[in-house]
Amino acid sequence: MKIVVCIKQVPDTKGGVKFNPDGTLDRAAMLAIMNPDDKAGLEAALRIKDEIGAEVTVLTMGLPKADDVLREALAMGADNAILVTDRVLGGADTWATSTTIAGALRNIDYDLIITGRQAIDGDTAQVGPQIAEHLGLPVISYAEDIKVDGNSVIVKRQYEDRYHEVKAQMPCLITALSELNEPRYMTPGGIFDAYDKEVTVWGRADLKDVDDSNLGLKGSPTKIAKASDKVRKGAGEKVTLDAAESVTYLMDKLKEKHVI
Amino acid sequence: MGLEEYKGVYIYAQQVDNEISSIAFELIGKAKELAADLNTDVTAVLLGSNVKGLVDELAEYGADKVIVVDDPELETYRTEPYAHALASVINEYKPEIMLVGATAIGRDLGPTVSARVATGLTADCTVLEIGDFPLNPVAGQEQKHNQLLMTRPAFGGNTIATIACPDNRPQMATVRPGVMQKLPKEAGRKAEVIEYNPGFTPNNRYVEILNVVKAVGSVENIMDAKILVSGGRGVGSKENFEMIKELADVLGGMVSCSRAVVENGWLPVDYQVGQTGKTVRPNVYFAIGISGAIQHVAGMEESDLIIAINKDEDAPIFDVADYGIVGDLNKVVPALTAALKAELGK
Repeated sequence: MKIVVCIKQVPDTKGGVKFNPDGTLDRAAMLAIMNPDDKAGLEAALRIKDEIGAEVTVLTMGLPKADDVLREALAMGADNAILVTDRVLGGADTWATSTTIAGALRNIDYDLIITGRQAIDGDTAQVGPQIAEHLGLPVISYAEDIKVDGNSVIVKRQYEDRYHEVKAQMPCLITALSELNEPRYMTPGGIFDAYDKEVTVWGRADLKDVDDSNLGLKGSPTKIAKASDKVRKGAGEKVTLDAAESVTYLMDKLKEKHVI
Repeated sequence: MGLEEYKGVYIYAQQVDNEISSIAFELIGKAKELAADLNTDVTAVLLGSNVKGLVDELAEYGADKVIVVDDPELETYRTEPYAHALASVINEYKPEIMLVGATAIGRDLGPTVSARVATGLTADCTVLEIGDFPLNPVAGQEQKHNQLLMTRPAFGGNTIATIACPDNRPQMATVRPGVMQKLPKEAGRKAEVIEYNPGFTPNNRYVEILNVVKAVGSVENIMDAKILVSGGRGVGSKENFEMIKELADVLGGMVSCSRAVVENGWLPVDYQVGQTGKTVRPNVYFAIGISGAIQHVAGMEESDLIIAINKDEDAPIFDVADYGIVGDLNKVVPALTAALKAELGK
């Protein structure tokens, strides 16, 4: 079977966050990692490959330096890698991003597409279901377990207070939770091989059945009115006292605030 | 597309097991404010099987109209029949704003529907207001009035962005549960009820539900707590959480935790506060042995009163705490519990 895993290079949110003058994120200025939910999705695909055999292709849309996460995926065990990159794709919201990725996926054979549930920079969880919509595929979001059963997949779909065990016909799209598994490490041999492998690079011209009016910043229905660093409330009082004094201090404050 | 054809503020009235989720009432509360600014009314869209009996409750919380799609295909949530139902309602009735809860259902339904009706969607909003886009006039660009301005945190809570959807309708947002206020229930209030059925023809996108497995026992929801006593890695062990629980009990609060605690297997994920857990805003939040990583702070910093206990005086949690104790939680917490017991006569 053929599996495509959509991955995203994301800024590590523990580092600083920088903006371009137009309010969009200056991704070039930040440290970059493979998005955790996507990495779990890749691991799920590699486990299917280990168990029943599969060809695993990773695909990303991003700046040329997103090549790094594709190499990491190859080193973990992916077979092929595709980078979709073009200036005209920049500044895309989830609609334009999902349109772009769907346009790339129309060039590839697949039985199963796996994306992460959400990326740690935008946290929207929108691109996976939107890709499925553009391609007319069944979608199962929030997967915490994936099993292949003939031409179908059986997935544990997480909700707040329950899960559904859901069966879908392939081809279909699944969005993976990072709780799904513990991703494997790259092997030294894998890292060596990863730099020998070709990464296929696609631009705007390689996207199939996509209109220019749906791409990039201009093709994004949502527009940023303003973006800013969060203004946090300042620190309050901090005291260093022994345990008994600490308790007296806290009891006074809890009374003062009418908690007790 | 004639944008002016689109009128009214619509909310998706999520129900699970034929019980309306709290988020639906919260959305109505916010929608009423937006509708007042736009001089229009609020419509709740109710999808399900045998759900007509839920209409009055939506009316009592402020819905002016309720569109009901009642069909056996909608018995249990599945993306496809639900997306078909909601997208059909949008295409038929043309709302100017469509709000959906940012729940495990809404964060699946919202993106699917927005792609189907070809409009923008802003995720996990915490502030919604009506205003101009661009915010200030820009030479050579039309400034549109009466736009939905959607504000959301991003980047693990490091940034906030305000987003508009000026050229597509409806303007769609998912909204974080627990952030908007529901209106007081007005007994006997009625809404105009519109029954609508777009027809359902199962296809390859209708998945099969083999099993519905509910969480064992009644998981208390930390988002409902007025007082949360939250423990982190510094608590040290699963056994030590008993001390956190005793403090919560004496205060009539609930226990919650940071991600490290879940990763160590000391508490289930339902109790996790933060970026990958739940967003809470209790009256009082105790952060005990929690260093205060940005991902945790993003989920609790809106709490009214934050009290931190940590042995590391440089822990970032002290940057958001109203009152911080630098000290040994193993000594302070039991002593505080004992003092509270004495004070409260327990």
